Amino acid sequence: MSANSLIELTDVKKEYRMGDTTVRALAGVSLRIEAGEFVAVMGSSGSGKSTLMNLLGCLDRPTSGSYLLDGRDVSKLGRDVLAEIRNRTLGFVFQSFNLLTRTSALENVELPLLYAGVGAQERKRRAEAALTRVGLQSRMHHHPNQMSGGQQQRVAIARALVNSPVVILADEPTGNLDSRTSLEIMALFQELGESGMTIVLVTHEDDIASFATRRLVMRDGALLDDRRQTPEVAARLLQQLQVAS
Amino acid sequence: MNPLQTLRIALRALLRNKLRSFLTALGIVIGVSAVIAMVAIGEGAKARVEAAFSSMGSNLLVLMSGSTRSGGAFGGFGSMPTLTWDDLDAIRSELPSVRAAAAVLQMSTPISSEDLNWTTTVVGTAPDYFIARNWQVESGQNLSESDVESGNKVVVLGRTVVQQLFGHSADPIGHVVRIKNVPFTVIGVMATKGQSPMGQDYDDTVLVPQSTFQSKIRGGLQKFISGSIFISAHSPEDATRAQRQIRELLRERHHLGPDQDDDFSLRSLSELASAQQEGTKTLTTLLASIAAVSLLVGGIGIMNIMLVSVTERTREIGLRMAIGAKPRNILEQFLVESLVLSLAGGLVGVSLGLGAAEYLAARFDWPLLIRPDIIFIAVGFSGAVGIVFGLYPARKASMLDPIEALRFE
Repeated sequence: MSANSLIELTDVKKEYRMGDTTVRALAGVSLRIEAGEFVAVMGSSGSGKSTLMNLLGCLDRPTSGSYLLDGRDVSKLGRDVLAEIRNRTLGFVFQSFNLLTRTSALENVELPLLYAGVGAQERKRRAEAALTRVGLQSRMHHHPNQMSGGQQQRVAIARALVNSPVVILADEPTGNLDSRTSLEIMALFQELGESGMTIVLVTHEDDIASFATRRLVMRDGALLDDRRQTPEVAARLLQQLQVAS
Repeated sequence: MNPLQTLRIALRALLRNKLRSFLTALGIVIGVSAVIAMVAIGEGAKARVEAAFSSMGSNLLVLMSGSTRSGGAFGGFGSMPTLTWDDLDAIRSELPSVRAAAAVLQMSTPISSEDLNWTTTVVGTAPDYFIARNWQVESGQNLSESDVESGNKVVVLGRTVVQQLFGHSADPIGHVVRIKNVPFTVIGVMATKGQSPMGQDYDDTVLVPQSTFQSKIRGGLQKFISGSIFISAHSPEDATRAQRQIRELLRERHHLGPDQDDDFSLRSLSELASAQQEGTKTLTTLLASIAAVSLLVGGIGIMNIMLVSVTERTREIGLRMAIGAKPRNILEQFLVESLVLSLAGGLVGVSLGLGAAEYLAARFDWPLLIRPDIIFIAVGFSGAVGIVFGLYPARKASMLDPIEALRFE
């Protein structure tokens, strides 16, 4: 067992009680993700991929088993400590963007820093840097309703990046976007991956999963398939698209 | 997250729904302004009652002779002279709690100036009267001890009498008025005193030395006082003490045994005044509690809207939690929101309440009395309402499961 796996799940089980019946969402998953990997988690609905994401995101705790994140067992920590880990170690990107309305892009991106207790000037500097990194330097003061879906998702990615997390967790980040914008977002994720960021992405679309370096397939709360792959390059596909049109 | 940022987030959330925030705060506005206005009204009424009683005299006791009794019929207090001039001297000289004491002999009789006449109450008394009644001359001079001793034919006129006998602007000092055809020289005019709590005009009276009254206006027994005695004590506490001491002194002087009733009556005006004040105090309490109930209703309004707000913003709460907000941060955010609502309502309520109190004071000619403690209490209470009624929604928000909250539609 190498000591430097970034994420290390060992026989993780998650059960929900619904009335009298117990639903087993995860039936003992063991998984290691190394730093710098770009992992796509696939599976039909009910396969347990959302539960897995929630556990990885420290939004939920496993019923049994252990979860080591960056060397730390987070499976039995309290709400406050988990909130801190989500704030400093993880970055979330959601299908529906989840930006605050009537709040500028800059302020949306500053939000995690606010909870981290970062001072106003530093907040602004880092939020601007994150927005520049996702290519939105000219739209910092726009509100979400003045931006396209792709731009909104870029703001959300900037927000996930702003606290320099160890892992970015993306839950169907292209689910609400058209195919071209999806390509743009995947190109951005690939760019982040190349710079050493660890990314775990849930999707049910095969072509989105093809941009990852590793593909996990889940069924009935267990890992069905786990394979490394040579990723498609989203940026190149995007270029071809531009040439064609 | 520091308090200032929490405040900014709260303000932004409230300004997002301006009309709703305004309507929610309105409950508190009405409650607080009602408290302020009601208490001001109560205080104004109280002050008016106080002023009315202090116009009668300060710490005044009224001593009257006993009652005659012929067969089974009692003549009422004052009908049988029992109080002597010596009693009066004893009260004045022996009791340190007594500040002033003067006999008041009165009679209603016509008096005339050169061309006008008027029927008024002629009072025969001594200089102590002015002290006991807390009443001074406006021009000229008071009756003096020497006027009383020599039985001078001098008179001090009340304002109303001056108007009736000499007209509005005339200066009557030095003129002669006739009382029962006896010429009296006017030496002073009393300051305007206004009405008694029962509506009697205090200024419709003239004052002459008691000795002159007895010799020229109404002859009487030389030894007994056929009238009442006004006594004033140094302070309200002294009034209570004086009342007891006078009673003991007179019972001793009149040789009354332990089983005999008083042959005089002694009343304290402050007793009457405090009964009146009890009444206004009850009124104030009643008004204030009605106002407090409306504050409570305002608080329920806040709670209601905060619950709606928590439900509406479930996804936002979920997101904030996902990116690192602790339950405490969420709790604070909503608590500050409801606190801002209720405090803003409280402050607006204070200014509205002050305005209303001012208007009512002007409208009903009340003294405008704002108690600063009530302002602090009202604002403090509205803040407390915000916290108490905001706590449940805020706790509810902070205890949301982030996964559920993010999935909420």
